Amino acid sequence: MNIVVCVKQVPDTWAERTLRPADSCLDRASVDGVINELDEYAIEEGLLQAEAHDGEVTILSMGPQKAAESIRKALSMGADKAVHLVDDGLAGSDALGTSLALSTVLARIGFDLVILGAEATDARMGVLPAMLAERLRVPQLSLARKVEIDGNTVTVHRLTEYGYDQVVASLPAVVSVVEKINEPRYPSFKGIMAAKKKPVETLSLADAGIDPAQVGLGAAATEVLSFAKRPPRQAGTIVKDEGDGGSKAAEFLAAQKFI
Amino acid sequence: MAQRPPATPAESDLLRIDDQLSPDERLVRDTVRAYTAERVMPSIADWFEAGILPRELVPELGKLGLLGMHLTGYGCAGMGPVAYGVACRELEAADSGVRSMVSVQGSLAMYPIWRYGSDAQKEEWLPRMAAGEAVGCFGLTEPDHGSDPASMKTHAEPNGTGWVLSGSKMWITNGTIADIAVVWARTPDGIRGFLVPRGARGFTARAIHKKMSLRASVTAELHFDSVKLPADAMLPGVSGLKGPLSCLTEARFGIIWGVTGAGRSCLEAAIAYSRTREQFGQPIGGFQLTQSKLAWMAADLQRAQLLALHIGRLKEAGTLRPEQVSLAKMANVRTAIDLARQARTILGANGITLEYPVIRHANNLESVLTYEGTEEIHALAVGQALTGISAYR
Repeated sequence: MNIVVCVKQVPDTWAERTLRPADSCLDRASVDGVINELDEYAIEEGLLQAEAHDGEVTILSMGPQKAAESIRKALSMGADKAVHLVDDGLAGSDALGTSLALSTVLARIGFDLVILGAEATDARMGVLPAMLAERLRVPQLSLARKVEIDGNTVTVHRLTEYGYDQVVASLPAVVSVVEKINEPRYPSFKGIMAAKKKPVETLSLADAGIDPAQVGLGAAATEVLSFAKRPPRQAGTIVKDEGDGGSKAAEFLAAQKFI
Repeated sequence: MAQRPPATPAESDLLRIDDQLSPDERLVRDTVRAYTAERVMPSIADWFEAGILPRELVPELGKLGLLGMHLTGYGCAGMGPVAYGVACRELEAADSGVRSMVSVQGSLAMYPIWRYGSDAQKEEWLPRMAAGEAVGCFGLTEPDHGSDPASMKTHAEPNGTGWVLSGSKMWITNGTIADIAVVWARTPDGIRGFLVPRGARGFTARAIHKKMSLRASVTAELHFDSVKLPADAMLPGVSGLKGPLSCLTEARFGIIWGVTGAGRSCLEAAIAYSRTREQFGQPIGGFQLTQSKLAWMAADLQRAQLLALHIGRLKEAGTLRPEQVSLAKMANVRTAIDLARQARTILGANGITLEYPVIRHANNLESVLTYEGTEEIHALAVGQALTGISAYR
């Protein structure tokens, strides 16, 4: 089985993240890049499914040159090979542009199953899995906390506000995962050494056959009009318990419409 | 993965020395940091107080590839010296006891088997030790012979086709949990290394208690009461003190890096504390005396980190000399102790509780100061290299 895991490099979630005033794009250069956390779960799920179904895991990442480090980590965890889509023309792509670029590469390299995190910690839009599935004309199974594959059928389990869903589709398909699904492994040191010898194919827009006019900041269908720093946290309200602490707490919760 | 630390310990690395690391070395750093954050940090204060190091950590460390990571073949990862150093640094940022366990396993027990052992000895022990299924220890120091190992009393006498080993060894890390002891003993043709398995008749290991340092580490004394060993228990590849001393040079390399982790942990604890602790109406981090302390601590730490990196690159190039290791071990341990003491003053009374890492590091580093060569002996090695005159032998 041919499993492709889409991996995004995002700014370290611990670092202070800023937008560049010039083009309102995320400043990626000044902070360290890490694998988007949910994508680590996607990698783990890809590896588990490949181990169970005699499959192969390919990492697909679109990002600047330094995303190669995140690709290396994914390979160190155990993925077999990688494709890195890197081109200055991709900078500033919004979700539409990104999904066009990734789906073009996915169609080119072929897949039985595409796995990716349900959202990325930088933009937090969470629309890419749906856009990929739509562009590729395959089923989307979203927010999986468990994935089962049986022959040509994939079943995902997901928890919703109203209960448990089991969603079944035929392969090929796109599956997005949440953090409940597994516990990502650490890259072992042997894995780090082995990753050096694993193939990484680097593609430019031209290599991948993507029209530069449809991706990048210029082609973005969305635009950041303004942004502001998060306001400083307000001091909380302190309620002294004079025998009525419970009802005061209940009043507060009712005022906030929590109860 | 729940309690992942930041990918870069940027706060105390003003000079961005870690940018000099290769992507692989950074991945080793991040992996060990994430592992210790998840498995060591939540419990280390309790382990230290109880005086234990859980045995189940060993296979976990093996699975990551930390045990014998700088050796090749036999299930070892085969990583470079700087990656090994970085791993030691991140382990010791958690606790010197955990780093000691890994140092002893990889550099003192696996290394002599890997370098001086027969093929059969390597096949038997190295894969299991790399996986953490078997633990090793290293017996050189004796109750009455520390800095002067050439005077050791432990001896092995030929007996038919085999050997009879008698004597005792002291301050042996991993001693009571070890499946295999690498024991150095006097023989009719000089000092030789022997592999003594746990359970050999006449071999006993007893834990040393009442330690105030390296409490999250197993320390033992080993006794050999006419232990009969087969001929193939001896390491064939080396005779004389250069055998154990070459192992110690490997392990000291790990200390040079490791103590920069302990020092960094102390500095970071002091910075964090100084930002939130308020006296006279403001955070103590805003006072000039505190800032002066922090600034000098950062300068000292970064010098030690540069020294470790330089020693690492020398080892990578294959030109590292024992006196260079001596200089760096001596200097970096002293720096780390100074950092721990200075951090302790910033934390005030909180600096003596296990709620913060500082007193634990300070106490641990007192062991690191004298084990694997005391500061004095290393000074003599450096002195001899500088003057050409040996002051001690």
